[in-house]
Amino acid sequence: MIRFLFKGLLRDKHRSLIPFLVTASGVMLTVVFHAWITGVIGNSIEFNARFTAGHVKIMTRAYAENATQSPNDLAIMGTDTLTPLLASQWPEMEFAERIYFAGLVDVPDSAGETKAQGPALGIGIDMLSGNMAETERLNIPTSLRSGRLPEKSNEVLLSKEFADKLGLKPGDRMTLVGSSMYGELALHNFILSGTVEFGTTALDRGTIIADIRDVREVLNMYDASGEILGFFRTGAYDNEQAAVITDRFNQQYSSEKDEFSPVMRSLAQDKTMGFLVEYSGKLQALLVTVFIIAMSLILWNTGLLGGLRRYGEFGMRLAIGEEKGHVYRTMMMESFLIGLFGSFAGVAAGMAIALYLQNTGIDLGFMMKNASIMMPSVFRAHITPATWYVGFIPGFISTQLGTMLAGIGIYKRQTARLFKELEA
Amino acid sequence: MKKLIINLILIVTALSSANAQYPEGKEILLKIDQNLSSENRIFISSMIIHGRRSSQTVKMKTWTAGEKKSFTEYLFPVREQGTKMLKLEDQLWIYSPDADRIIQIAGHMLRQSVMGSDLSYEDLMEDSRLTDRYNAKVTGTEIIDDRNCWVIQLTAFVPEIAYQGMKLWVDKDRFIPLREEMYAKSGTLLKRIELSDIELINGRWYPKKMLFKDMLKEGLGTEFVVEDIQFNAQIPDYIFSKASLKK
Repeated sequence: MIRFLFKGLLRDKHRSLIPFLVTASGVMLTVVFHAWITGVIGNSIEFNARFTAGHVKIMTRAYAENATQSPNDLAIMGTDTLTPLLASQWPEMEFAERIYFAGLVDVPDSAGETKAQGPALGIGIDMLSGNMAETERLNIPTSLRSGRLPEKSNEVLLSKEFADKLGLKPGDRMTLVGSSMYGELALHNFILSGTVEFGTTALDRGTIIADIRDVREVLNMYDASGEILGFFRTGAYDNEQAAVITDRFNQQYSSEKDEFSPVMRSLAQDKTMGFLVEYSGKLQALLVTVFIIAMSLILWNTGLLGGLRRYGEFGMRLAIGEEKGHVYRTMMMESFLIGLFGSFAGVAAGMAIALYLQNTGIDLGFMMKNASIMMPSVFRAHITPATWYVGFIPGFISTQLGTMLAGIGIYKRQTARLFKELEA
Repeated sequence: MKKLIINLILIVTALSSANAQYPEGKEILLKIDQNLSSENRIFISSMIIHGRRSSQTVKMKTWTAGEKKSFTEYLFPVREQGTKMLKLEDQLWIYSPDADRIIQIAGHMLRQSVMGSDLSYEDLMEDSRLTDRYNAKVTGTEIIDDRNCWVIQLTAFVPEIAYQGMKLWVDKDRFIPLREEMYAKSGTLLKRIELSDIELINGRWYPKKMLFKDMLKEGLGTEFVVEDIQFNAQIPDYIFSKASLKK
């Protein structure tokens, strides 16, 4: 029976091709949309976690009030003791000290006079201890566009766009003009070891990356750090575990009466990322649900129209004596086959596109030229187990529902009037 | 009707006689300039910067000639020793012995805080006479530190200026401001300065202590203490050259 119906579908393209194509397209779009939304939200959260927020972040209470301004005069003191303590207390996490700072990069001419100048945002990270965790976390090796990573003290990286603007090449000398932790004027000479490009406008505009020991020396921040970021060793943010660790840390180390006591904030408590982390699951579910409902209506309609288009054929079959139940069952069986193969084809095509978007991504940097928030310019899809069935189920079920509804008409038709209808 | 007209005339007369009690704003500004401005001067000063976490003292020696030239050498703390700043016209250069570089500070950097204090580079550079920058109007009298003061409202008539408006409380007898408030064009209060320890030096009244408070940032402000000052001293021209920054 199934073979008979299948052959009929293959031979009569009018019955099968359009419903198959519509089902496959709808399922494909649902699969791609799910993977894309999951990827975009996940990319943004993870990118910000690695560059600024961490999975958890430790600052002084005073620093946390104005964290966006990176007020290093309010930095955490005694980090040489605190950081190893954190590592032993929470071995499931990796802690990294960072200093964010602002300054001016001044390029001298041959006479030592100012040749070019530009405002810079700096990041001090561990680059020279031999532990590559931080450089890899910030994708520095893959973002390197010229030169090499710093290998010794007083070597720095600049964002490529910034270095080009200042006319700097690897090996050139420059001076960083900044303000120390105590407000003193800080001038320090650095050698440019290489240039990097992150593909993020906010980072590529004017970033200087130096080893944290050099930054400490320049900014007079011995045994101090602006922030200590904590990352789960699994690499994935776990909101529940982060909340437990944050509560325990704050009970143990923080005091509301002391504005310079350390305070831990989880990624979900971050002022800029908190909303996205907190509601990412709900937002993702809402977007995908709305899309699935819209696609289901289209597929349901396809099933409905497929049934109604064959109104004449069903009338003929009933007129020559085929039972109503048999007509209905064959119609449902055909719909089952179209839904099954259409959904399979849609999942296959959708997964192929999603896989391409996951590996290659789409560069939307041109839309974020003046964006102040940290967003990756290349957005990638992310395939999860849900991506495999999120399109298949509604694709398959909606087609069946549409056909079932269209098939009700078969039972309402009166055999006695069929010939009159067919004559007309 | 007659009574009403007489009453109105009396009120107008009373008001105009009250205004007539106030001197011209420009006259007061001229007297302030006579006290505070000089052909040249050499002074040693300390800045005590009260941060949220700690206080820090910076000591420096400054040479100024007229309104356009100024040279400052930092003497303390040790980390700052040998750092020098040169102002010529509206340009500012800084020399750091650590980097052995002369850097020009321009644009928005001039609005940055000097050594984390409540003073900006612009504040340090601004040394011209009040009469060259502002129109003044006396608006009342008040008592500050038990001294009778004129309250004067200043409005800038030059376009390129750090503060579009100022309010001064000027000692009626010594013609020295005891309090200054600086305003942005929008009317926002940006800075307040309390001047004290007024001394008569070479026939002019001069405040030896000033408390600067940047109203846009937290903290207890910055004390600026003049430890020693010489007016109209001989200053060789080479002091105000870029070459002297590296000496």
